[in-house]
Amino acid sequence: MNKVIRKQWIAFSLLSLATAMTVVILLSIIFYVMSKGLGMINVEFLTDSPRNMGADGGIYPAILGTVYLVGLTLLLATPIGVGTAIYLNEYIAESRLKKVIRFTTDALAGIPSIVFGLFGFVFFVILLGDYTGGWSIVSGSLTGVMMILPVIISASEEALRNVPDNLREGSLALGTTRWYTIKKTVLPLAFPGILTSLILSIGRVVGETAAFLLTLGGSLLIPRTIFDGGRTLSLHLYMVAMETGNMEMAFGTGAVLIILILIINFIASILLKKLVKQFS
Amino acid sequence: MIKEKNKKIKIDVDQLAFYYGKKQALTDISLKIPEHEVFALIGPSGCGKSTFLRTLNRLNDLIHKTKVEGKIEIDGQDIYNPNVDVVQLRKSIGMVFQKANPFPSSIFDNVAYGPRANGIKDRKKLREIVERCLRQAALWDEVKDRLKAPGTSLSGGQQQRLCIARVLAVEPDVILMDEPTSALDPLATAKVEDLITELKEKYTIVIVTHNMEQAARISDQTAFFLNGVVVEAGPTDRLFTNPTKKETEDYITGKFG
Amino acid sequence: MFSKTNNNLEERIVKVILLILALTSVVSLGLIGIFIFKEGLPFMVNYGISDFIFGMEWDPLNHVYGIFPMIIGTIIVTILALLLGAPIGIAVAIFLSLIAPAKVTRVIRPMIDLLAGIPSVIYGLFGMVVVRAMIRNLAHGPLSESLPSTYQTGYSVLAGSIILAIMILPTVITISSDAIHAVPSEYHEAALGLGASKWQSIATVVVPAAKSGIITSIILGTGRALGETMAIIMVVGNTVAIPALGWKGIFAPVRTLTGNVALEMGYAGPEHRQALFATGIILFIFIMILNSITLALVKKED
Repeated sequence: MNKVIRKQWIAFSLLSLATAMTVVILLSIIFYVMSKGLGMINVEFLTDSPRNMGADGGIYPAILGTVYLVGLTLLLATPIGVGTAIYLNEYIAESRLKKVIRFTTDALAGIPSIVFGLFGFVFFVILLGDYTGGWSIVSGSLTGVMMILPVIISASEEALRNVPDNLREGSLALGTTRWYTIKKTVLPLAFPGILTSLILSIGRVVGETAAFLLTLGGSLLIPRTIFDGGRTLSLHLYMVAMETGNMEMAFGTGAVLIILILIINFIASILLKKLVKQFS
Repeated sequence: MIKEKNKKIKIDVDQLAFYYGKKQALTDISLKIPEHEVFALIGPSGCGKSTFLRTLNRLNDLIHKTKVEGKIEIDGQDIYNPNVDVVQLRKSIGMVFQKANPFPSSIFDNVAYGPRANGIKDRKKLREIVERCLRQAALWDEVKDRLKAPGTSLSGGQQQRLCIARVLAVEPDVILMDEPTSALDPLATAKVEDLITELKEKYTIVIVTHNMEQAARISDQTAFFLNGVVVEAGPTDRLFTNPTKKETEDYITGKFG
Repeated sequence: MFSKTNNNLEERIVKVILLILALTSVVSLGLIGIFIFKEGLPFMVNYGISDFIFGMEWDPLNHVYGIFPMIIGTIIVTILALLLGAPIGIAVAIFLSLIAPAKVTRVIRPMIDLLAGIPSVIYGLFGMVVVRAMIRNLAHGPLSESLPSTYQTGYSVLAGSIILAIMILPTVITISSDAIHAVPSEYHEAALGLGASKWQSIATVVVPAAKSGIITSIILGTGRALGETMAIIMVVGNTVAIPALGWKGIFAPVRTLTGNVALEMGYAGPEHRQALFATGIILFIFIMILNSITLALVKKED
C-alpha cells in the first residue's frame, strides 16, 4: 500500500507542478509586459500620432484603427453569424445541408490566419480594390468576418440550444409563426450567450495580426474613412518591434493590448456568470 | 345520452396512425369529439395519449422525421391537408402544457403575446383583452395589482392559469390540455378543474390526464389509450362504471399503470 | 378557415434570408480554397512541384523558390512545441478536472481563458525579449565553444517551440478537460470501489476512457502551432536553412511556412507573390490533413 501511496503522491505533485508552472508563465508574461509598458502609457501616448515610423510619439492611429476594425467586423459578422445559428438550430433539422455548413465552419475555424490574410489580400485588396479601397479597414474587416464567423456561429448555436423547448412550443401553440417565436421568445433568452460570443470575438479581432498585416496595409496615418488603410494595436506592436527596434514603444502598446484583453475577458466572464444563473 | 348524440362533432379522427421515424406510436385511432364537451384521454404513461393530443394542433410537426397517416378533421376540414396553414390552425386550437411554461416576461405581456402576434398594438384594447382573459381564467383578482410582475414569479397553479389565460387571448375554439394539473397541489388542481368545467360552455376541451378521478370529475367522454391504441371510448360515467373491455377495467380498478 | 395568409410570405422571406446568411461560411471557405489554389497552383506546376517542395534554396531575386527548409523548420518547431506543451497541458487538464479542489479550479479556469486571449504579438514580444535572451545567454555563453556563431543569437527553434508550447496550452487544456469531464463519474467510482487509489483510477480508467478527446486536443494544438505566424516570426530568426542534426539544431534559426508568407508578401513582385501563395497551399494541405485526422477520430468515437 505504501508504494501505491507514494506513487500517487509523486503523480499528484507533478500534476500540480505543471499547473503551477502554467499559472506562473501566464502571470510572468502579463507582469513583465505591464512592468515594461505601463510606464509608457500617458495621455500623450494614447492621443498622439507616431513619429519616426512609430519609434516615437503615440499610438492614436492604431487605437482608432482597432476601434474601426472591430466595429465594422462585428457589424458585418453579427447578423451573418447569428443568422446562420438561427437557421441551423431553429429552421432545419438534421440534414445534409446542416452537415455541410457544420463542416465548413469547423474547417474555417482551423484555417491559419495567414491563409485568411493571403485570401483577403488577393480577393479584397487586389480584385475588389476599386470597391474596398485596396488596403483598408473594409478589406481587413471582411477578412476578419470570415475568421470570427465560426466562433459566433457555434457560440450562438449553443445559446439557442439552451433555450428550453417548452417555451418555443408554448409560443408556436398560440398560433405564432416561427419567426415571431424566435424574435419574441427565443432570441431574448439567447441574448446573453450571443453577447458573450460577440465579446470574445472582439478579443479575437484585437489579438489578430497576420491576416491584417496583409489586408490593412499598416499605414501610420489616422484613418479618416473605412476605405483608408491603417493598423491595429497588435499590428503596430509587431511593426514597431520588428522594424524600429524600439522595444519601449512595443511594450507600451503591449500593455494597452493586455489591458484591453483583460477588460474583454472580465466582461465576458460576468456575462457567463449571469448566463449560468439564468439557466439554473 | 340521446342529447349527446345530437351534439355537433368538432373533431373527427379517422384511422389515425403516427410514426416517430420507423417507430409507430399511434395505431388506427378513430374518435369523434363533440363540441362544448370535455373529452378526457387516459392511460398509462407512454401509451400515446400526449402524442395524440399533439397531432390535433400539429405540434408534432416540430419533431424531425415524424409521419402521420389517416385523417383528422376539425369543423369538417382536414388539418393535414397541404393547403392548411398551421399557424392559423394553432390559433383556433389552443394548448396548455404539463409544466406551466409562462414566457419570461410580465403577466400582462404573457397574456398579450398572442394578440400582439396578431397585430393588435392598441394599448387600451390589449388591456381589455388581458383583463377579460385573466378574469375568465379566474386569475384577475390575484394579479390585477401586479400585472407588470414576471409571469414566472407566480405560484405553480397561478402560472398554469396564466397559461390558460394566454391561450384564451387568442380566442380558440378548442383547448388541448396535456396533464395540466400534474405538477399542482390539490387546492390549485381544484381551481383549475373548476375553470375547465366553466370553460366548456364556450370551448371544446381535450384533456390528457393520468389521474382517473380527475377524468371522472370533469369529463363528459373518455378514451382509454394503451400502447398507441384506443382500447375503449365513450361517455365517462359509462366507461368508469361499466367498462366493456378487460384492459379498461384492469386500468381503472388500478390493477396496472 | 385554416387557409394560408401573408404570414407565410414573411416566414418564407425570413427563411430565404437566413439560408443566404448560413451559406456565407460555405461560400467563404469555397472562395478561400479557389483563390489560394488559383494564385498558387499554376506557379507550382510551372516551377515543378517537387522542385518547389524539395528545393533547398529560396532566392526570389534569382527566381529560385525551394521551400524544403521551411517545411522542415515548420515541422521541427511544431513537434518540439508539442513535446513541451502537450504533456503539461494534459497534466493541467487532469489536475483541474479530477484533483484540484473546486475553489482552485475556479481561480485557474479564467487564467487559462486569458492565456488563450492574449494576442500572439504579446507572446512574440515576450519571446523576443525574455526567452530569446535566456537562450542567447546559454548559447553565447557556456555552449559557445560548440555552436557556430549563427546559432548563438538566441533566435532559434528552441525559442519558437517554447513560445508555441505556451500558446497551445489553452487549446490542449480546455479540450482535454472536456474529454475528461465527459467520462462518466461511475467509471471513476467503480475503480475506487474496487480498491484502486485515486491515481490508479485516473491513470488506468479515466484517462484511457478520455483518450480520443485528449488526442483530439493535441491535434487541434498542432493546428494552432502550425498556423501560428506572428509570435514565431518574432523569435525564430527566419533564416532559410535546415538546422544541423542533433542537439545543436535546436539553437538554429529557422523560417516557417507561415513566416515566409508574412515576411515577404509586403514587397513581393508578381512571380514571387505566386510562390508565396504556393507556400499557402502547402500550409492549407497540412491543415486539411490534420482536420481529416480529427474528423476520422470523432467518427470512430461515434
